Amino acid sequence: MSENIRTVKNATCTFCGCLCDDMELTVDLDEHRITKAKNACVLGRAWYAEHVIEDRPAAMIDGKEVDFDEAVEEAAQVLVNAKFPIIYGLSDTTSEAQREAVAIADYIHGTIDTTTSVCHGPTGMAFQGVGESTMSLGEVKNRADMVIFWGGNPAVSHPRLFTRYAVTTKGMFIPNGKKDRTIVLVDVRKTASDPVANIQIKVKPGKDFELLWALRALVKGKSIDPSIEKITGVSLATLEDLVDRMKKCNYGVIFFGMGLTMTRGRHFNSGALMALGTDLNEFTHFVVKPARGHGNVTGADNVVSWQTGYPFGVNFNLGYPRFNPGEFTTVDTLSNRDADAAMFIASDPASNFPKPAIEHMKRIPVISLDPKQTITSSLAHVAFTTATYGINTTGTVYRMDDVPITLRKAYDSPFPSDEEILTAIKKRVRELMLSKYGTSGVRGEAKVASLTPL
Amino acid sequence: MTETMILIPGRTSEQGTALNKGKLKAEYQHETSMLDINTEDMERLGLQEGDRARLSNETGEIIVTCRGRKPEDLPHGVLFIPYGPPSSQLMAGETAGSGMPLSKHMEVKIEKVDV
Repeated sequence: MSENIRTVKNATCTFCGCLCDDMELTVDLDEHRITKAKNACVLGRAWYAEHVIEDRPAAMIDGKEVDFDEAVEEAAQVLVNAKFPIIYGLSDTTSEAQREAVAIADYIHGTIDTTTSVCHGPTGMAFQGVGESTMSLGEVKNRADMVIFWGGNPAVSHPRLFTRYAVTTKGMFIPNGKKDRTIVLVDVRKTASDPVANIQIKVKPGKDFELLWALRALVKGKSIDPSIEKITGVSLATLEDLVDRMKKCNYGVIFFGMGLTMTRGRHFNSGALMALGTDLNEFTHFVVKPARGHGNVTGADNVVSWQTGYPFGVNFNLGYPRFNPGEFTTVDTLSNRDADAAMFIASDPASNFPKPAIEHMKRIPVISLDPKQTITSSLAHVAFTTATYGINTTGTVYRMDDVPITLRKAYDSPFPSDEEILTAIKKRVRELMLSKYGTSGVRGEAKVASLTPL
Repeated sequence: MTETMILIPGRTSEQGTALNKGKLKAEYQHETSMLDINTEDMERLGLQEGDRARLSNETGEIIVTCRGRKPEDLPHGVLFIPYGPPSSQLMAGETAGSGMPLSKHMEVKIEKVDV
C-alpha cells in the first residue's frame, strides 16, 4: 500500500439495487484501487476489491487497438448503416449515460431495450395492467411490521436489504427491529434467506399464480377447497393463517424476485401479486415492490420511460416510440434474427442470454461498452473499455424504490465513461443521419434535429 | 438412467462475487458449472458427490458437476444451477410475447456421465 491514501465517506455501492450510500472507502491513489470498503456486504466488498484499472486498450476494432475517434466513427457507421439496429443493457451505468443511449436510438430509428426485459420486464407489463402500490425503503424501515419475500433470495442477491431496511433494522414505529416484525419467505426451495423468516412457505415449482389467486380469494372472504394443498404444496391452514396475519398487520410489504417473473405465467404472476396487495388495502396498508437487481436498472426504467413514454422494449422505426414486449425486446430481436447490428452498454448478454440469441450476436456487428473483458466484449466488432460508474465516475443512479442518488467517485480512470463515449457516438450519428437524409429529413424529424442543440 | 427434471438457474454468493473478478476467470466458470441436486435423486440416478452429469433439452446440452442437497432443502425432481453461460445453453429464445425467456423452470433430461 502506498502513502497516497484518500478516504471517501458516504460513497454509494452500485452493485445491486439497494445502492447502499453509507460506504466508507479507503482508496490507494497510487495503486488505483480501493483497499477497504467499510459497511459493504460480501457482494460490495468483491465489487470494490476486484475493480482495478484493466490492462487493455481503451478502444478496439476486431480485437486490434485503435484510437478513440476511430472506434467512435466505426460504431457510428455501424449503427447508421444498419436497418434494424438495437441498443441494449444500461442497468450498470449512470442515468446521464442512459439518456444519451435513448437519444442515439431515436436518431438511428433503432430499438432500445434494457436488462429489465430479462429481469422485471414482466412486472413492468403488470404495472400497466394492475397499477402499483409503492413506498420508499425508509418507510419499510420505519413502519413495516410484516415483510414477505416471494420468489427471491435477498441473502445472496441484496444482502443488506435485511439489515438496512426490512428485517433486523430498528425504525420509528419498529423500535425492537426483527422482534416487531413477522417475516415470511415464499420459495420453491430452501435458500440462504430462510433463517431470517418466521414463516417459510414452500410452493411447488410453477404454482405461484395458483397460490396467489387462492390468497386473493381468502382475503375477499371466499372459501377455498383443501385440495389447494395438492395443487400448490401449501396447506389451506397455512394460507388462512397467512391471510389473517396480513389483514391484521399495520404496514405490510411484499418484495418479490425472479421466481415470479422468469417462470411460467411471468407478468400474470407479478400482476397477481400486485392485485393481492391492492386487495389487502381494504383492510390495512400494504405495498408490493420488485427487488431490483443491477445497480441502476431502476434508473434505466425511469430514463427510458420519461424519454419515450415506455419503460423498455421501445422501437423508433416509424420515427416515434412504440412499445411491444415480445417484438422489440432484445431476446426476441436477436433470437428471431431481426437485429442486424447491436450496441451493448454495461451488460454481458453473451454470457446469460438464451442460446439462439447468443448465436445471432455472432452473425452481426456488435459494439460493446464495458469496464472489463467479458464474453460479449470478446465477440464485439468495436469494443470500448470504460470507467466504472460509482468508482471512477460520478452521476445519478436510482435505488430500487425510485429514489435518485448522486455518486461520489473514488479515483480517476484513464478510460472514458459510458456517458462520454455515448455522447461522442451520438454526435457522429447525428451528423451522419443529417448528411444521409438532408436537413429536411426523410420523415421531417432530421429538420427538428438540426435545430436542436446537442 | 435418464430422468426429466425441473432446472432452476439463480444467484449464489459465490457466483455474485466471482463475476466481479471476471466472467472469463476459472472461479466464475467453476461456480456456474455446479449443479445442486436432491441426494435421494442422486442415489436413484447412480450419482455421487462430485460426479459429472449431462443436462439436455431441445435447445442444447451441458456437462455439470453434482453437489448433493438434503431432500428437505431441495425438492425431488428440482435442480438448481448458479446462472451463467452453461445454463444459457439450455435456454430457448421463445418469450411468449413477453420479452422474457423461460429462464427458470426449464425441463431438462439428466443422466450420469461415465468418465
